[in-house]
Amino acid sequence: MEPIIRVRDMCKTFTTDEGTVTAADHISFEIEKGDIYGIIGLSGAGKSTLVRCLNMLERPDSGSVVVDGKEMTALSFRKLREERKGMGMIFQHFNLLMQRTVLDNVCFPLEIAGMSKAEARKKAMECLETVGLSEKARAYPAQLSGGQKQRVAIARVLASNPKIILSDEATSALDPQTTKSILELLQKINREMGITIVIITHEMAVIQQICHHVAVLEKGKMVESGTVEEIFRHPKTDAARKLIISSGPQTIREMYGRRAVRITFGKQSSYEPVIGNVTIKFGAPVNILYANTRDLGGMAVGEMILQLPDDKKVQDNMIAYLKERGLGVDELEGYVNHE
Amino acid sequence: MSDFFNQFGGMLWQGTLDTLYMVLLSTIFGYIIGLPLGIILTITSKEGITPRPAVYRILDVIVNILRSIPFLILLIMIMPMTKVIVGKSYGTAATVVPLVVSAAPFIAREVESSLKEVDKGVIEMAQSMGASNGTIIWKVLIPEARTSLIVNAAIVVGTILGYSAMAGTVGGGGLGDIAIQYGYYRYETGVMMITVVILVVLVQILQGIGMGLAGRLDHRK
Repeated sequence: MEPIIRVRDMCKTFTTDEGTVTAADHISFEIEKGDIYGIIGLSGAGKSTLVRCLNMLERPDSGSVVVDGKEMTALSFRKLREERKGMGMIFQHFNLLMQRTVLDNVCFPLEIAGMSKAEARKKAMECLETVGLSEKARAYPAQLSGGQKQRVAIARVLASNPKIILSDEATSALDPQTTKSILELLQKINREMGITIVIITHEMAVIQQICHHVAVLEKGKMVESGTVEEIFRHPKTDAARKLIISSGPQTIREMYGRRAVRITFGKQSSYEPVIGNVTIKFGAPVNILYANTRDLGGMAVGEMILQLPDDKKVQDNMIAYLKERGLGVDELEGYVNHE
Repeated sequence: MSDFFNQFGGMLWQGTLDTLYMVLLSTIFGYIIGLPLGIILTITSKEGITPRPAVYRILDVIVNILRSIPFLILLIMIMPMTKVIVGKSYGTAATVVPLVVSAAPFIAREVESSLKEVDKGVIEMAQSMGASNGTIIWKVLIPEARTSLIVNAAIVVGTILGYSAMAGTVGGGGLGDIAIQYGYYRYETGVMMITVVILVVLVQILQGIGMGLAGRLDHRK
């Protein structure tokens, strides 16, 4: 199947007072229709630029961006505006029109499309019902909570029947509970309407909850991409590792003294008492620094951070053994304190 | 007291009407020129929705030049032009010309600063939905900035009122004219004080209307 978004070798640099910043460095990726695709990275990694290059709010310097079969970089301004109507965007700060009621905010894209007022209002009410806010239709954005504002923004995007929704840190200004409910709403929209969703975030928890695929961005480069489970269990780059680990408790870092590994359990390996076996087999104890079970899109994945015994040979054997048992094993080199 | 009003009341009333006529007309013409100019300054600036550095620079310079000429000097400077437009260079109608020339660039700057307050994110939202620049101007920039536009309009009217009084010194008509004629040339301090009181009351009323309207139309609270 033809991917709905295909980016090839895209580059974008900005010139600032401090010099040139490469926001996108030869980026290539594809997103399948109906996917929920996460793009994660720390601030300054180039996430916002990347997503803006998909709807040409930023023009790439070079490379190709094909959305739904159309080369976006080659479109005239008029054609581009047509294409943008099929890709809604939601933002960290919601970007609602503060002087319009909730209903009139949702009508906004319909006005752009030239729909009659009565028809627009009817359609807007339906969209507000979808996001569960029809009773707030006559309120002004200032009277709503953050979560409600984002729901209005989502309703507004839905009004233009988009094929794609681009979400730029849409939950970053919200508390964890509200984040969860907004993500559930996006998931429902994806499932029921088949809308492809691209999610930009710096939070692993967001990726974990709803994304099917994820790409890791670091300093303008896409360093890693794959299914969420793959990246979570076998991160290949430091950038991915940092994002995953930093989503655990912050205090662990200080506890690393000796060589430490992060192990992950999937479906098959959860039943075996691996830690007990390791201790018995090698006659040396391991110290459990952290253990957790995460929900990766409905699948339980366990993770642990272990501190290994002092002996280098025992350490290597232990790691080999854990790998052999089918566990994801990942050395936390960056965190070891060599004194 | 009643003698005073019998003697000067009619004249003061006429002066007030003349002043209001000048101010109202100048404000309307000022906005007819200044509003589009302010919009063009906003959208052609570097952060605008359609950056046009050359256009911006030219308009920016013109506005700055006109803004830096003191009103009284401008009034005298453009008298030949006033005469061509109105047919004479004194009186209330003639004062409207320099008032407009002076107010338009001032209004353009006020409009520009109001429109620049509109959140960039909201503009980006409109662009992401495929809005044209015209749609962004009329459906996003102006409605979202309306509170600030109205507050600034109240300031504009107050300023024009002040200028119109200044025009009185060279036969501009209205309350300013009366104040000069009676207060300065004839030592009728009472008349001058009354014109000042009327001017203060007018400014208060206009400010009050502006602020009240702005508050009622603001839903950002």
